[in-house]
Amino acid sequence: MADKVLEVAHLEKFYGKKHVLHDINFSVDQGEVVTLLGPSGSGKSTLIRCLNGLETYQKGTITFEGQKIVPTEKNWQQLRQKIGMVFQSYDLFPNLTVMDNILLGPTKVQKQDKQAARQEAERLLASVELSDYANAYPRELSGGQAQRVAIVRALALHPDFMLFDEVTASLDPEMVRGVLNIIEGLADQDNMTMIVVTHEMNFAKQIADRVLFLQDGEILEQTSSKQFFSNPQTSRAKEFLDSMDF
Amino acid sequence: MSWAIIQQSLPMFGKGFELTLWLSFVGIIGSIVVGLICSLVQYFRVPVFRQIASVYVEISRNTPLLIQLFFLYYAFPVLGIKFGAQLCGIIGLIFLGGSYMAEGFTGGFNGVSKSQVESGKAIGLSRWQLARYVVFPQGFSLSVPAMAANVIFLIKETSIFTVIAIPELTNTALDLIGMYYRSNEYLFVLVIAYAIILVPLSIILTLLEKRVRYGTFGN
Repeated sequence: MADKVLEVAHLEKFYGKKHVLHDINFSVDQGEVVTLLGPSGSGKSTLIRCLNGLETYQKGTITFEGQKIVPTEKNWQQLRQKIGMVFQSYDLFPNLTVMDNILLGPTKVQKQDKQAARQEAERLLASVELSDYANAYPRELSGGQAQRVAIVRALALHPDFMLFDEVTASLDPEMVRGVLNIIEGLADQDNMTMIVVTHEMNFAKQIADRVLFLQDGEILEQTSSKQFFSNPQTSRAKEFLDSMDF
Repeated sequence: MSWAIIQQSLPMFGKGFELTLWLSFVGIIGSIVVGLICSLVQYFRVPVFRQIASVYVEISRNTPLLIQLFFLYYAFPVLGIKFGAQLCGIIGLIFLGGSYMAEGFTGGFNGVSKSQVESGKAIGLSRWQLARYVVFPQGFSLSVPAMAANVIFLIKETSIFTVIAIPELTNTALDLIGMYYRSNEYLFVLVIAYAIILVPLSIILTLLEKRVRYGTFGN
């Protein structure tokens, strides 16, 4: 368990003059589930987006699987096959069927054999109970279904590491559970290493090995999930937990 | 209003009708090709060509076709470059239409949401793959309404070709009026002739817009 998959050291980000991430330091071990918690605007999404190169950063280093990342677009493009990401808005490609959405990465980016990739996609779709929707277009899916497909689309590349950015935030309440179950399955059965940004406190409590609590672009707490939820160290974290309904 | 006069003029209008259709067709195809090239150069930020494209778009969109045609027809020969009237017309129409089409395509590409682009990047697509599988298919369908408006616009603009004596529809009507002073009849035929081209086309284009909106894409 001691293998560090990801190490972030002294990361700083500015939007113009606005300092949005302050000296971020943390690491994630193989198989570990880290949740990023914090109030809106605390920089959670910005931080997680820095980790697959969708946001640039001005200072600091990110080391992935022992390799210090040189943050060029070309390098990120390679790394994104190993660092999967799922977004709040799911954003399936509306011009492609569910199957083609999933196959795009494996067949075009990784040049996998079409037949094999299709079989794998079918297996993954079955695992999220959406086998019947392979030939459907995204507009025919509910939000929850679309988000499950988006997760499958990311997993089809066989990433080593997954980033989930508020993936249930735009779903109807009855859809949330299904999506969270899939993420839990990934963590428990597949032992996937992941960082999860979420507002679902019960889910965070249940899934997280460790919690990073962010406020105003700073990591204020970095402790085990148990410790964070039972006995937060900072008053801000206490306030935050009190304000959440769970 | 005399039907006999109208009937007598129909063969001449027939020729003008054909010419208007032909010039429009070539002009529109040419405009789409030029527009596509300009918008791609701008999308991929090809150095130098990108600047050339934006200068061209600005000049083309901000000068009237009438003046562009005068330039081609009267000024270029002074510089030793001579075109026939019809070629002048086609070049003028493409020069004008190319920029409108370019703006239409560019608008479509820009209309593809940032989150679509990001989710494409997130599965490791290269810049080219992102364009090929995500941005262009969605962008083209977004640009269809602008394209449709441009097609109608360009067909109507062919009426200006009359100033360089291309015998298309408008020129035919004005010629006939000049010869026989029957403006009521000839202008009536002229209006009907444009309507025969533009009304059905406009209906077809509207259907096409609906189809790309509700057919393959969108919510």
